[in-house]
Amino acid sequence: MIEIDVRGFSCPIPVVKTQKAMRDNPKDMLTVLVETEVSKENVSRLAQSRKYSIEEKTVSGDEYVLTLTPPQK
Amino acid sequence: MKTKKIFMIIAGIVFGILGALMVNWGNPANMGICVACFLRDIAGAVGIHRAAVVQYLRPEIMGFILGAFISSLIFGEFRSRGGSSPILRFLMGAFVMIGALVFLGCPIRMMLRIAGGDLNGVIALLGLVAGALVGIFFLKRGFHFGRASRMKPVVGWMMPAIMVGLLLMAFFKPGFIFQSEKGPGAAFAPIILALIVGLAVGFMAQKTRMCFVGAWRDIFLVKDTYLISGVIAFFVAAIATNYAAGNFGAEGIYHWGFEDQPVSHTMHLWNFLGMSLVGLAATLIGGCPLRNCILSGEGDSDAAITVMGYLAGAAVSHNFLLASSPAGTGAWGPVAVIIGLIVCIVVASFLTERA
Repeated sequence: MIEIDVRGFSCPIPVVKTQKAMRDNPKDMLTVLVETEVSKENVSRLAQSRKYSIEEKTVSGDEYVLTLTPPQK
Repeated sequence: MKTKKIFMIIAGIVFGILGALMVNWGNPANMGICVACFLRDIAGAVGIHRAAVVQYLRPEIMGFILGAFISSLIFGEFRSRGGSSPILRFLMGAFVMIGALVFLGCPIRMMLRIAGGDLNGVIALLGLVAGALVGIFFLKRGFHFGRASRMKPVVGWMMPAIMVGLLLMAFFKPGFIFQSEKGPGAAFAPIILALIVGLAVGFMAQKTRMCFVGAWRDIFLVKDTYLISGVIAFFVAAIATNYAAGNFGAEGIYHWGFEDQPVSHTMHLWNFLGMSLVGLAATLIGGCPLRNCILSGEGDSDAAITVMGYLAGAAVSHNFLLASSPAGTGAWGPVAVIIGLIVCIVVASFLTERA
């Protein structure tokens, strides 16, 4: 399980950091801590395009944890 | 196709139609909407530059920011935040404006210029993409401006409040506001119409996250076509509207080619490099001038500082003879573009996490 905290970063940094984690750890589940609605949408869109399954949990207000599971090969 | 993408395409079409028609309703040719030009006119109206032909309080800008403000309140997305290297964002914002005024247009006007037959816009588009690719080079190596923090709501209200103030001045025209008597600053759509179009675009752009630099960036960075679908829809709708409105042809104001285009010059190298500077600096600060206006309305005070950087860049451009005119580049425009490119690359190198 790889954890990435992208709270406070503005677009497109959350996507870049998630993309890098995917590339470095293609078989691992990722949990991404995001802050804004925009970051959540952008990271989710990246995960969808890479065929990851996405589980979304609201931590508080506008903080979300996205659990991204890589596609089974 | 996903609902969001469909909404983005619809928003792009509506924006493209309005962008083209604003010329028929009074705005300068091929300048139905131009965030850089309009901010430059506002900078002139408040007197921080004294170029007499480009001074007018463009209500479209106030509309964009207030439309985004209202939309973010309605959808619960207003978040007061800031503190991610504001001085660097201010500087990059200024360079975006300097580059845009060497080409004569922001990335939106660039698309509108092409849609109005001005092929100099194609050269500029190549430059914009080249600049964005350099920005992506740094993004992939871990470039960022640092995290923003949450702030008290009042911080986020400042930009919308300033826009309300500017809007009041646009309506009541106090004597200290400058107003062009000729030139692009004297060509404008009726104030209420401009405000309504601005609000509508601001609302749509907030909801869709539309961005005319991010669109090109995302193709190369993440192979994502969401943002570009809005830009393409915008462009196609603008061309179609220009033909439908009779703007092309013998009677019209537009023709295809490089020469004699409205508020445009044919110095290809500087059209290319000016827009390269825009592409690079805008990629580093996370979006085009429209996008930063929208974010500044959503409570992002870093974006608000960026918009202030645009205004400062416009003032510098006209005060220091950097801005182009239909005759060609200003005396110091090329030098400023080179300095801007170097500063952006040096700053980005310092903020890159791994070599």
